[in-house]
Amino acid sequence: MEPAIRVRGIVNRFGRHVVHDGLDLEVFPGEVFGIVGGSGSGKSVLLRTMLGLQRPAAGSVLIEGQEVTGRPARELLAVKRRYGVTFQHGALFTALTVAQNVQLPIAEYYPVSEAMLRGLAEMRVRMVGLPAAAADQYPSELSGGMIKRAALARALALDPPLLFLDEPTSGLDPISAAAFDRLVLYLQRSLRLTIVMITHDLDTIFRICNRIGVIVEGRMISGTLDEIVRHEHPWIRDYFHGERSRSARGLAGTDG
Amino acid sequence: MQLEVQDEAGHRTLRLTGRWTVQEAAALELLLGRVDGLAANGAVVLDGAGIEALDLSGAWLLRALEGRLAAAGARVEWRGERPGLLTFIDEAMAGGIVPGTGEAPAPQGLERGLHEIGRFAVLARGQALDLLGFVGALISVLGRALGNLRRLRPASIVRHVHETGVRAIPIVALIAFLISVIVAYIGAQQLRKFGGEIFVVDLVTIAVLRELGVLLTAVIVAGRSGSAFAAELGVMQLNDEVDALRAIGMDPVEVLILPRVLGLMIALPALTVIADAMGLAGGALLSWYLVDLPLSQYLERMQDAIASTTFWVGIAKAPVFAFLIATIGTLRGMQVRGSSRELGRLTTVAVVQAIFLVILADAVFAVIFMELDI
Repeated sequence: MEPAIRVRGIVNRFGRHVVHDGLDLEVFPGEVFGIVGGSGSGKSVLLRTMLGLQRPAAGSVLIEGQEVTGRPARELLAVKRRYGVTFQHGALFTALTVAQNVQLPIAEYYPVSEAMLRGLAEMRVRMVGLPAAAADQYPSELSGGMIKRAALARALALDPPLLFLDEPTSGLDPISAAAFDRLVLYLQRSLRLTIVMITHDLDTIFRICNRIGVIVEGRMISGTLDEIVRHEHPWIRDYFHGERSRSARGLAGTDG
Repeated sequence: MQLEVQDEAGHRTLRLTGRWTVQEAAALELLLGRVDGLAANGAVVLDGAGIEALDLSGAWLLRALEGRLAAAGARVEWRGERPGLLTFIDEAMAGGIVPGTGEAPAPQGLERGLHEIGRFAVLARGQALDLLGFVGALISVLGRALGNLRRLRPASIVRHVHETGVRAIPIVALIAFLISVIVAYIGAQQLRKFGGEIFVVDLVTIAVLRELGVLLTAVIVAGRSGSAFAAELGVMQLNDEVDALRAIGMDPVEVLILPRVLGLMIALPALTVIADAMGLAGGALLSWYLVDLPLSQYLERMQDAIASTTFWVGIAKAPVFAFLIATIGTLRGMQVRGSSRELGRLTTVAVVQAIFLVILADAVFAVIFMELDI
């Protein structure tokens, strides 16, 4: 099967500090792929590289077979419409209402009428589980969980097959986080999305990820959940067998 | 064309073809506008077998198509299975549309005028109270800080003197020089008609020292630093940094605002001295160039022209202008809430109001000095 994302030999360095040293990654259509790594291991840099926001020192990124790295911005546009992104803190445009946030990408690319814009935006607002009244509210009036949902609605504005989520459940209480995980899984199945997410939330990893990639020493070790959990690398062992993960796994085991 | 009509015995089939995706949204919307007429007779069968690509937006349009046909009186059926995405949207939209919080209908005519006046009055009162409260807080914090020098935060004050004063020297000096050149030039031209070219020295000296030096400096500083204050504090508000300070137990007025106000009250008079000097230099240069007046005579004439108070009348206004600019800038910054648009709006308001207040205060000073006969 042709991978949705293929990252080959990525090298990123800042000054003399090497973040990625020949990192490889493949994500296949329909997967939920979780990226894990210590603070400062370059998860966000990898995400920015895949999005084409950061130019790597070496290596290539292919999204649906299309080269992302080192292409002029105009050619990248077509690729950018194939993915949606939610940023860690939502990054909603604060001067626009939720509905306007969702309408913005649609109105930018497609000449549709006001009424249709409203309809398309409203559907997405409702789809992510927000009340219809939230559509006319500004981001500053929303709770943290609602901002994450609104950001997801905006990310899905152009019906992308590919979705990047940066720390989707950070800053949410466990109940809201679980609800958000369920929402992501529900949307992933209904819309047949391919999802790549950066997360620190072990509950999220055990609940919705099919495969996991761990960034250690500038490279990526990826595999199914079972493979990674049994991996003998000391950092990975600490990560998945530390105190916090045991309790998370225990819980995930009992309700699943 | 994404829709083909086939009429068979008893029912009509709409064969859906092509791409039903967000890329085709505009074309599909046009199609949807023409669909009402197709629902004339009884059952309409939708056949989705020919759809090449269907995404969420396309599904939403399909659902709208169903709705339109049904509204026009047709019984809608699907040949084969109804696409899953339509069911997904049904689920998402379930619960009906919750009406938004409706606002009261806007009043019209005379009532609307009264409405606006009332709103403006309430707003103006709120603003005046805000300003009064803010200045009060500032003065009470200043009182406390004077008792304990560490709380005056000298390091912070020095930084603001550097930012708002030292860094503004080149632009203030240049503008003061150019303005005095303009005044001298126009003055010499007019005075020549009366043969009183020598009075160009009086004109430049008095205008620069009493009014132009301090006023221009204040306007430049209002544009430079008034906006910077508002933007800095506004971003801190948006990032919850101000709340973080309060939570640590530090008073934002003491930490953020007092150093800016005091720093500017030191920087602006100093800048005014520089502007005065540059203005006089410009006057000297132009007098030599236009009236052939050597520097020694210019200085002599200048001594005669000015009273002992002329310089001080100008410089005394500087701290007051500085206080107005810094207070308005920081107050508007602290009022930023919620959105980047607010930040831009209040930064603009800060600069406009600062310049307005500076000019208003200058007018008040002019009246006072005239009454005092200095």
